[in-house]
Amino acid sequence: MREYSAYTLLKNALAGNRDWKPAWRKPDPKASYDVVIIGGGGHGLSTAYYLAKEHGITNVAVLEKGYLGSGNVGRNTTAVRSNYLLPENHRFYEHSMDLWENLSHDLNYNVMFSQRGCLNLAHTPGQLDEYVRRGNALRHSGIDSELMTVEQIKRLVPALDVSASARFPVIGGVMQWSAGTARHDAVAWGYARGADRRGVDVIENCEVTGFLRDGDRVTGVTTTRGEIRAKKVAIAVAGSTGRVMKLVGIDEMPIESQVLQAFVSESLKPILDTVLTFGMGHFYVGQSDKGGLIYGGALDGYNSYAQRGSLPLVEEVHSEMLALFPGLASVRVLRSWGGLCDMSMDGSPIITTGPLPGMYLNCGWCYGGFKATPASGWCFAWTIAKDEPHPLNAPFTLDRFHRGAIIDDKGQGATPNLH
Amino acid sequence: MSPRRATSGGLIDRSRSVRFTFDGQDFTGHPGDTLASALLANGVSLFGRSFKYHRPRGVLAAGVDEPNALVTVLRGEAREPNIQATMLEIRDGLKVVSQNRFPTLGFDVGAANQLGGKLIGAGFYYKTFMGPVIGPLKGTRFWMFCEHFIRRAAGLGHAGTAPDPSRYERMNAFCDVLVVGSGPAGLMAAKAAAESGARVMLAEQDARLGGSANWSGETIDAQPANDWAAGMVRELAALPNVTLLPRTTVWGYYDGNTIAALERVTDHKASPRAGEPRQRHWTIRSGKVVLTTGAFERPLVFPGNDRPGVMLASAAERYAVEYGVLPGDKVAVFTNNDGAYKSALSLREAGCRIVAIIDVREELSEAVRALAVRTGAEILSGRAVTGTEGGKSLSGIKMQAFNAKAGAVSGDPRTIEADCLLMSGGWSPVINLASQAGAKAEWSERLQAFLPPKEADGWVGAGGFNGAFSLEAALAEGLAAGGEPDGDTPAVISYELDMAPAPVFEIAAGGKAFVDFQHDVTADDVRLAHREGFQSVEHLKRYTTLGMATDQGKTSNVPGLAIMANALGKQIPEVGTTRFRPPFAPVTIGALAAERYGEIRPERLTPMHDWHIANGATTYSAGLWHRPMIYGLPGETVEQAYVREAQTTREAAGIADVSTLGKIMVQGPDAAGFLDRVYTNMFSTLPVGKARYGLMLREDGLVLDDGTTWRLGEQDFLMTTTTANAGKVMQHLEYLLDAVWPELKVQLTSVTDQWAGASIAGPVSREILAACVTGTKVDNETLPFMGIVYGEISGAPVMICRLSFSGELAYEVYSGAGHGTHVWEALIAAGKPFGLVPYGLEALGTMRIEKGHVTGAEIDGRVTARDLHLDWMLSKKKPFVGSMMMDREGLTAPDRLQLVGIMSLDNRPLNGGAHIVEELDRDNPHGSIGHMTAACYSPVLGRHIGLALVKGGKSLHGQRAFISDPLRKRFGPVEIVSHHFYDPEGRRMHG
Amino acid sequence: MIITCPYCGPRDSSEFVYREEGGRIRPDQASTDQAAWNAYVYDRVNTAGEHDEIWQHSGGCRAHLRIVRNTVTHRIVSVAFARDHGRPHERRKAETPA
Repeated sequence: MREYSAYTLLKNALAGNRDWKPAWRKPDPKASYDVVIIGGGGHGLSTAYYLAKEHGITNVAVLEKGYLGSGNVGRNTTAVRSNYLLPENHRFYEHSMDLWENLSHDLNYNVMFSQRGCLNLAHTPGQLDEYVRRGNALRHSGIDSELMTVEQIKRLVPALDVSASARFPVIGGVMQWSAGTARHDAVAWGYARGADRRGVDVIENCEVTGFLRDGDRVTGVTTTRGEIRAKKVAIAVAGSTGRVMKLVGIDEMPIESQVLQAFVSESLKPILDTVLTFGMGHFYVGQSDKGGLIYGGALDGYNSYAQRGSLPLVEEVHSEMLALFPGLASVRVLRSWGGLCDMSMDGSPIITTGPLPGMYLNCGWCYGGFKATPASGWCFAWTIAKDEPHPLNAPFTLDRFHRGAIIDDKGQGATPNLH
Repeated sequence: MSPRRATSGGLIDRSRSVRFTFDGQDFTGHPGDTLASALLANGVSLFGRSFKYHRPRGVLAAGVDEPNALVTVLRGEAREPNIQATMLEIRDGLKVVSQNRFPTLGFDVGAANQLGGKLIGAGFYYKTFMGPVIGPLKGTRFWMFCEHFIRRAAGLGHAGTAPDPSRYERMNAFCDVLVVGSGPAGLMAAKAAAESGARVMLAEQDARLGGSANWSGETIDAQPANDWAAGMVRELAALPNVTLLPRTTVWGYYDGNTIAALERVTDHKASPRAGEPRQRHWTIRSGKVVLTTGAFERPLVFPGNDRPGVMLASAAERYAVEYGVLPGDKVAVFTNNDGAYKSALSLREAGCRIVAIIDVREELSEAVRALAVRTGAEILSGRAVTGTEGGKSLSGIKMQAFNAKAGAVSGDPRTIEADCLLMSGGWSPVINLASQAGAKAEWSERLQAFLPPKEADGWVGAGGFNGAFSLEAALAEGLAAGGEPDGDTPAVISYELDMAPAPVFEIAAGGKAFVDFQHDVTADDVRLAHREGFQSVEHLKRYTTLGMATDQGKTSNVPGLAIMANALGKQIPEVGTTRFRPPFAPVTIGALAAERYGEIRPERLTPMHDWHIANGATTYSAGLWHRPMIYGLPGETVEQAYVREAQTTREAAGIADVSTLGKIMVQGPDAAGFLDRVYTNMFSTLPVGKARYGLMLREDGLVLDDGTTWRLGEQDFLMTTTTANAGKVMQHLEYLLDAVWPELKVQLTSVTDQWAGASIAGPVSREILAACVTGTKVDNETLPFMGIVYGEISGAPVMICRLSFSGELAYEVYSGAGHGTHVWEALIAAGKPFGLVPYGLEALGTMRIEKGHVTGAEIDGRVTARDLHLDWMLSKKKPFVGSMMMDREGLTAPDRLQLVGIMSLDNRPLNGGAHIVEELDRDNPHGSIGHMTAACYSPVLGRHIGLALVKGGKSLHGQRAFISDPLRKRFGPVEIVSHHFYDPEGRRMHG
Repeated sequence: MIITCPYCGPRDSSEFVYREEGGRIRPDQASTDQAAWNAYVYDRVNTAGEHDEIWQHSGGCRAHLRIVRNTVTHRIVSVAFARDHGRPHERRKAETPA
């Protein structure tokens, strides 16, 4: 019997909802594990889940310094898509999409993944060509993408200003229908529960303060809840990568931690059934099942560990929103928050063994961390279990920058705040 | 007289009436009323429906903390959803409708959701709707099917779709002291700071300044508190160094004491003055911020606490005293602290009957008992309300004995008839802004509330914000916060009340007891979250949606934490504290965009723009620029137009506006050496009076930009960049000069907007110039390829460089921007006998494709010089930016995409963005070896051609391949050829 | 954030553009030390705490500023012209009166 279903919901309701079990246990850390994963966010938890599920490695601890899912998995605009230009990226994200499509069943936890599409609006012929290039790249890798005319776009999103008198008229768009949104927190909770039910210890309020070493080899961690030995130590801490790597003596990384703000409006009756991006700025928006518009823009543009954004960016994002939806001027923004983005030097992630023996590294997620959650964990688990990357993450090495084997979807070079 | 309006009292203007409609029904109120007070005065108790269960809801609060009474304001076509009735001032003609109900507020079919109450508790979505694991509904289909219906139930109000005709405004302000909140503490602080000579701003979210002085019924300086406040406001208003901002909600506390506030400028006006904005977005940079934001009263959590008629004690007091509205005839009170007794007395004095005061505490102080006696109410200590009765409005309450220590009810319930229940669960200081500024809240066991920290950076607090709830303390702390710690405070007459509550937050007695009213989060939901392990404050919020509604948990935050703490057997602060983030209250999106609403970016127009439009140009956007695409003749298609323009240019002459090219003056003794460092090729060897094509790399060795640079003097260079990269190149050069090589004596000046540029190309272009240029010859000897001359055209000085993008004999004629149109028209006139035509970007693109010149479509940030066959430009004689990085293994790999030409073999058009494959498979496209970057119909070749970046590059010349463009459903055979389609030796431009 | 530009005075951070980490030394133009170049272009200290960085006052005097700023609190510790830092250079030395 699956733990969560319409039947168990009814059964429990009749019993006054008193019989539900905790979604995950609250264990104390053991003295040693086969694998210790630092970071109880989406990627750390999914890594633990796939280690257990795909590789049978269950003597695993996930260490989270705060509450589970306190990082970017709960601080994003919930969009899931695989429409990246470069094959290294879109193959990886399409694998993620495959996992997303069955994730609720796999986890027996409804993550509310809804494939309502992601539409990139184009405003100049050159831009449309660029988007078509990307769409065609996807199609040649077996991934869906289609061109939409202004008329089709207008039908799909009646509230959108597609008039020729707009400052940047919409001239077309490229749609990925398989893209969509998911309930972000549910992803963390679902993976945590899935890992927990397979024997993984998910340990909250346990901050890593240092690494145990045997020569070069990493043999465990010291934490606020004691020393924990591990055959393998995996790091999946996104925006905190710089901080954690310094604990192991690696002072420089091809990563900058920057703050990215996101916003949600008051709940509105549905006006937007897909995820939209604006081509003449940096703006993306969707509407949640609760009715809030969830949207964001560019990074604030400077290094930050503060999870706090700046006012000029707030103004910019809302200006861009009204450039697309002039009818929403009277709607009000309800919440804002900031997440720490681990911006890599080419905009693509790092999932690799090393850089020290006994250590595994997962970082550099830029804007892509949430949508990557399943594939990131899946590939990282593979890499940890087999001590070598899966072909899907083989390009995402740490040394690719120095070698010039860069995977630069936006073509911006080593300028993290432009990726 | 309205049924519930007191016969006298209140700060409303009873001499005038205001007419408005609610759900189509006409109502009247008075100036000074909010929608909430006016509707209450009219006997309306049902204001809205809750989010999940569609339960009937009335008014809980009287201010910005209101969770229930949300309405939509109609302004012509524009709609403002989710407006709190407690914050909306009525005005003549105001049209308001209720929300989240169908078909009507009184009869809402959504209320059927309540039947599934236990089924659809916290987190139920996560446990179901997943559908079958196999079959046609596997994957996401079943969920999306269900979601379709769930989405219909989403949201509260409807957004408008018509553009909002309102104007929004942004204002920057600077001050020494910003006081937030105009209660007694805030007024004292503002006055003290102003008297010290500081520039003071005082922001108040309500229409009337004075805060609690407007309804506390206390006496300050021998006058009613509201009179004292009005006097203070008059004094402050008269001071030149004070700015008063009523109706201004401070919502954001950003870094560096940058404060964001929203002023409702005309929302309350029936007829705004011309030019007045609807709202104003303030950015206030303040030396010091004084937080006198007071405190929110908390509800108590007990079964049926959401029934219309149940409201916060202080809210009822405020309605009675400030608005002259009696919230009920028979009023009961339920409290865990002394404060509600004063509220009861105020209501009694306004004309209500207080039937009972129910207090969870067994022991009551003498002072409070005396107060209770004056209310005439039955005093029921050691009791608790365990239920409410009535349909859509309260008719009675159920009460039982209560042991506060054990938190348990006992004995038989007794029913008390009441149409209004005041509740008070203690007070929570409004520390939201301090929290935004980074302050960590500290739990006060005595006040059962989170207080701001004592030490702070940038701000000071006073009064209720600090947990100092007495009037005396508020005045004294306000004075100190304003900078006069030793000043005298006015004498006051106030009630001696102990505002410290008994630590009782919930009466668990079975039945739905609401913690978060708007989102319908009950105490049972909190306990369910606990049972399932969602126990930290953030998990509690996220799992149950507690505190996520439009009121952001202003009333529900602490009660929710308390119930969780109780379930965990822990202290409240161990569960955690919420870190508040902007905005404090919802902010209109239009106000944030302000002047950029409708005009998000500036428009850049060249000096000749009007001429282009007047002469039939169709333009399109290129970054911020508008550039001519074609100058179409009547009846011409785009292709016909550009083919004609390009053909005429190649056969006779054409002229294009190139003013948008980036132009940078590079000047100084080290200018030549600097260019040698930043360009891959040599510029120090360039003679004065000549130009050279240059290529720039980024530090990582990839191509940054290309363009020609003209040596105007020994130390003067005019660099041109592509239109798109002008800003980027300037930044790159400035960085190198300022941060890396400050020893170089070079000055950079952007002159893009100072010069107008016209490119005149074609075999007769020289004759046209000869016909109009004076002061210089333009023959091959005087003006050779890449030469520069100075002269005049029609009296305007010009600088002419002979260079070619089109491959024809061509010149770029630069004049001062102010002369641009004059010179352009003179060139057009001179060219007329020679058949000169203006050409747009399409023809420009066509001719550059024929020549195989690269632009931004090829220089996409991922290509090397070698990929573009520009290795001949990489000097081996000197290091340059990127020279050490360009040869790394990844950048010299054999499978890199390289530039080639493409020729259509099926005589059909090609498109940028199409991919190239060696084997065509329309149904299952695969095997891309590259993509087309640009395409056109080539008049000179009579073929559809294009440029592409493909793996293998030159080695594929002469091979047959296919374009594969599934997005545009265009497939067909092509030949891969050299990118030099036309005149590869360059004879024409050198001619 | 408010950044006090040594030339223009206190200005909103929106007038400035973050450019680079400030502590990294660009190899000499003629350097052929590939590892040093690679590190210069790609590796970052990314400090959590007081962070040395270069901003440009792009909406003002366009000077590059060497700023020490706390990346956890956003408090700005110091601001100076970038050109006054970095490696010593001959011209300025020569101009310094003996």
